[in-house]
Amino acid sequence: MSSYEARFKVWRGDEQGGGLEDFTVEVNDGEVVLDIVHRLQATQAPDLAVRWNCKAGKCGSCSAEINGRPRLMCMTRMSVFDRAETITVTPLRTFPVIRDLVTDVGFNYRKAREVPAFVPPAGLGAGEYRMMQEDVDRSQEFRKCIECFLCQDTCHVVRDHEENKTAFAGPRFLMRIAELDMHPLDAAAETGLDRGRTAQDEHGLGYCNITKCCTEVCPEGIKITDNALIPMKERAVDRKYDPLVWLGSKIRRRSS
Amino acid sequence: MATGTEPQQNSGGVRTGARAAITAPHLRTDRWWLAPAVTAAGLLAFVVYSTWRAFANAHYYAAPYVSPFYSPCLASNCRTMHAGPNADLFGSWWGISPAIIILIFPLGFRLTCYYYRKAYYRSFWASPPACAVAEPHRTYTGETRFPLILQNVHRYFFYAALLVAGVLTYDTVLSFRDTHYRWGHMGLGTLVFLANIVLIWAYTISCHSCRHIVGGKLKHFSRHPVRYKAWQFVGRLNARHMQLAWASLLSVALADFYVYLVASGVFADPRFF
Amino acid sequence: MSVVDRQEWDVVVVGAGGAGLRAAIEARERGARTAVICKSLFGKAHTVMAEGGIAAAMANANEHDNWQVHFRDTMRGGKFLNQWRMAELHAQEAPDRVWELETWGALFDRTKDGRISQRNFGGHEYPRLAHVGDRTGLELIRTLQQKIVALQQEDFKETGDYESRLKVFQECTVTRVLKDTASEGGSAAGRVSGVFAYERETGRFFVLEAPAVVIATGGIGKSFKVTSNSWEYTGDGHALALLAGAPLLNMEFVQFHPTGMVWPPSVKGILVTESVRGDGGVLRNSEGKRFMFDYIPDVFKEKYAESEEEADRWYEDPENNRRPPELLPRDEVARAINAEVKAGRGSPHGGVFLDVSTRMPAEVIRRRLPSMYHQFKELADVDITAEAMEVGPTCHYVMGGIAVDSDTAAARGVPGLFAAGEVAGGMHGSNRLGGNSLSDLLVFGRRAGWHAAEYAQGVTYQRPPVDDAQVNAAAAEALRPFSAEADREGEAGPPENPYTLHQELQQTMNDLVGIIRREGEMEQALRKLAELRVRARRAGVEGHRQFNPGWHLALDLRNMLLVSECVARAALERTESRGGHTREDHPTMDRKWRNVNLLCTLADPTGGLAATDSGRGQIRLARESTAPIRPDLLALFEKEELVKYLAEEELYE
Repeated sequence: MSSYEARFKVWRGDEQGGGLEDFTVEVNDGEVVLDIVHRLQATQAPDLAVRWNCKAGKCGSCSAEINGRPRLMCMTRMSVFDRAETITVTPLRTFPVIRDLVTDVGFNYRKAREVPAFVPPAGLGAGEYRMMQEDVDRSQEFRKCIECFLCQDTCHVVRDHEENKTAFAGPRFLMRIAELDMHPLDAAAETGLDRGRTAQDEHGLGYCNITKCCTEVCPEGIKITDNALIPMKERAVDRKYDPLVWLGSKIRRRSS
Repeated sequence: MATGTEPQQNSGGVRTGARAAITAPHLRTDRWWLAPAVTAAGLLAFVVYSTWRAFANAHYYAAPYVSPFYSPCLASNCRTMHAGPNADLFGSWWGISPAIIILIFPLGFRLTCYYYRKAYYRSFWASPPACAVAEPHRTYTGETRFPLILQNVHRYFFYAALLVAGVLTYDTVLSFRDTHYRWGHMGLGTLVFLANIVLIWAYTISCHSCRHIVGGKLKHFSRHPVRYKAWQFVGRLNARHMQLAWASLLSVALADFYVYLVASGVFADPRFF
Repeated sequence: MSVVDRQEWDVVVVGAGGAGLRAAIEARERGARTAVICKSLFGKAHTVMAEGGIAAAMANANEHDNWQVHFRDTMRGGKFLNQWRMAELHAQEAPDRVWELETWGALFDRTKDGRISQRNFGGHEYPRLAHVGDRTGLELIRTLQQKIVALQQEDFKETGDYESRLKVFQECTVTRVLKDTASEGGSAAGRVSGVFAYERETGRFFVLEAPAVVIATGGIGKSFKVTSNSWEYTGDGHALALLAGAPLLNMEFVQFHPTGMVWPPSVKGILVTESVRGDGGVLRNSEGKRFMFDYIPDVFKEKYAESEEEADRWYEDPENNRRPPELLPRDEVARAINAEVKAGRGSPHGGVFLDVSTRMPAEVIRRRLPSMYHQFKELADVDITAEAMEVGPTCHYVMGGIAVDSDTAAARGVPGLFAAGEVAGGMHGSNRLGGNSLSDLLVFGRRAGWHAAEYAQGVTYQRPPVDDAQVNAAAAEALRPFSAEADREGEAGPPENPYTLHQELQQTMNDLVGIIRREGEMEQALRKLAELRVRARRAGVEGHRQFNPGWHLALDLRNMLLVSECVARAALERTESRGGHTREDHPTMDRKWRNVNLLCTLADPTGGLAATDSGRGQIRLARESTAPIRPDLLALFEKEELVKYLAEEELYE
């Protein structure tokens, strides 16, 4: 087993300010960036704040930016870096920092609340649900989401424009709307809730300019843009920009 | 502590108040600028070439080949192409190159295409230039208002693109003639046209709007097995939409250039039989 | 010091994993104002790591399945030490709990006719695990999380406040359950009055006053070096209950999952799901032999295949063939792997080979085991569709836990305290079957929430008061690591690094109270634990209270040390091998121990941790006989089988 000394720059500080601190730290075979951060805690900086949990890429807690790219620290192997390279680790830059590598991700929890929940179909009791695999495939892909919020972090709509945070739900929650809209038994429509329309009117789908950074950073490999966001845009087109549909609805309204 | 905290109000991009105090607009160490640079160069090259060819109004027909830039040809100043894609819808008032009329449609299709949007938003508008690289704009409204809200018309350009692809298919069929319009012949140009039309169709069919129309809009695939199959097929193509966008862009330019070379007499079309 | 922020709630749920969230949903739906406290962010609980599925006898895959068969499998897996009433309720209610998830939006994998698909798992007679690929835990936690959000949306519509009736306090840690001392001596004395907690983000203390507290904090794996558990698993709930005066049950039973990753070192212990074996993966030693055929114990002889041919036929035709021995209960498989490695037939990095690459086409592997494919590819650079995995046992689950009433999930001896999920004991006996944990969370999470709400509503007009002295004591205890330097006088030795103490504790438990146990080693472990306890008093931290991981760890050490001592003492006491407790010096199961529970209580019930004295422990142990199994449940088994487990006198009652 070969080990070496790696150079790290880790952002330390809080909302008052802070900066990149230099560390030299031992790295062993097969380790990931989170291992190194833990070694820093155990040997050089016991109060270095970092959020983590499962250390297996399943919980989505240890999101950070490594050499400027949003990534999970537990899934970034040290072997992808050159040994001579200085590795920079910073907190997510789209959310307010709390301390060191920990940010306030409350934005995402607020947005989650704004998406109306699954509406169970009337007249179907528990145990009576029948759904075909091909009908649940699409939503299942979106439910692989581990809520690491890397897509929310990388999305320039809010990353570069704080003021858009009010109007824009972000890729994760637009995908949640897609998941529910494609759920074979979601009965939102029966209650008068048009998810396709609200995606654009209330959750800011139009802000998305499909530049695909969300898809690029997704550690679960979910095709957020192609399979969720663009289909939602197309559904919005169905509702709002299809002249035939528009004409049809005008005529129907007049005759009724 | 609780799951909700008050939103921040204050603007300054990625360096906004409460965020980690890092002055650099980005900390990427890889060559993130390469992809947008190459994209910009490629698109720009095509724009320059196609502008020259579209306005040239010459060397677009060399029997039996008609340049895809000029097909269908809809004005009376078009060259007569034997059994070719002539349809004098515009009449004689149209004075400039007839390519302009028809190119609106493929141009609109590509301009509103979800892949090209990504490509030029990133490479020309730097919005964003690359992931996690700060964009230079103070404000951003995306596709929520005029003019970019018009991107939503992509679907209608898709329908138009289907028609254009149909005409180009017809042109490809016509290319199985010789210079005297006798059927059952082939030249190198026929192969160029074949390759082009396959790529054009693949690009057109792999469009996100097409994927939505054939099946994506359905809630229950299990009740529409045929459309489900179609959706799956389009989905597989759609995964290659970017590659097909570039390949078909290149092939259409090549097909046009081939016609130009033959029509201007620089090159004689090698005939196979 | 008593200026800490205080809030009033009806029910406080400690822990936001499957059990905690299910309890919170139930309590809120029954009208109790409910607060949930969790150490991580909402939705990150360790439950997301569960891969295989939720065991429930829905009979979707095999029509012969029913709750009785599930009950039987559970009792067999637990070697009949299970609190049988829990096993019964669990088997009966699990299907309803799974179906209910669908009405909240869960999307399980489907059968051909559109019902919930069920897969095979170790110890289960029929395919029984409702699953979503190999990320079932994530689906479970997300569904419950989204149900909570749905309830909050309802409350918002009515009250204008999302958190008026159900609030999640995320990234907060509870350090003490508070009890009513005001009415000392009266019948109401000793009731739960609330919890003392701190916010990890700011380090601020706060008190939630509530007559009912549900503990759902999960397990204790972080006391062991090689574990599949996350950092949260520091035995907090076990310790909270102990400190509040509730006993822990059968803490010697710790499940070592047979298949954890063994390489690279930084991921050692991370779980390799049992579905790998359920779907056809086989275990081989360095000689290429499927060694599990040599390790089928007598009690399971009739149920498992004797030849590779028969075992292989079972995947296609389970009616006429017996199952492969790779699907024996986890304790058996873990011991077998341990024995093979010891005998020198292990893999290069000290495990054995788990192979699917020669058993299924690559594309099937990628579809059915996507996270495993991903995990090995990303973390070990191993392509499981082309080569075998190296696996070895990893500390996975504690069967022991807070002693609870089967029907109400109420902890014994402390009115107002409830427990559900891994932190509660009894349900799984000496060994848990795969898939039974997720169903356990749902069944008993709901019951705990239900009874906690009912209890809280019963005491609305006489809520137990919170005692200022207890709050002050809890605050002083929590601040101690910062002043470790200052009150050095009188205590010998330099301040200790909490990380070092933690590593030593993990090494001790792993080496001395691990998968195979010996009397001398466990005595040695108890001495080491006593030494660590003394040193932990001097655990000091730098910096301030704002998101300070060193401080958090220093506080968690108290819990890990308490729980580790319970495990070691109980393991030393039980002189037999059963399920998740294997004694080299007492290698066989002893029927006399079948109906014996070991209860751990705090030696010094005043709560002062008499920790400076390394000789005396903190834990007192008591034996207790279990209630006889109800005759109609016993009748579900063949007499010949019962003879192997039950003592003579139990059989002839």
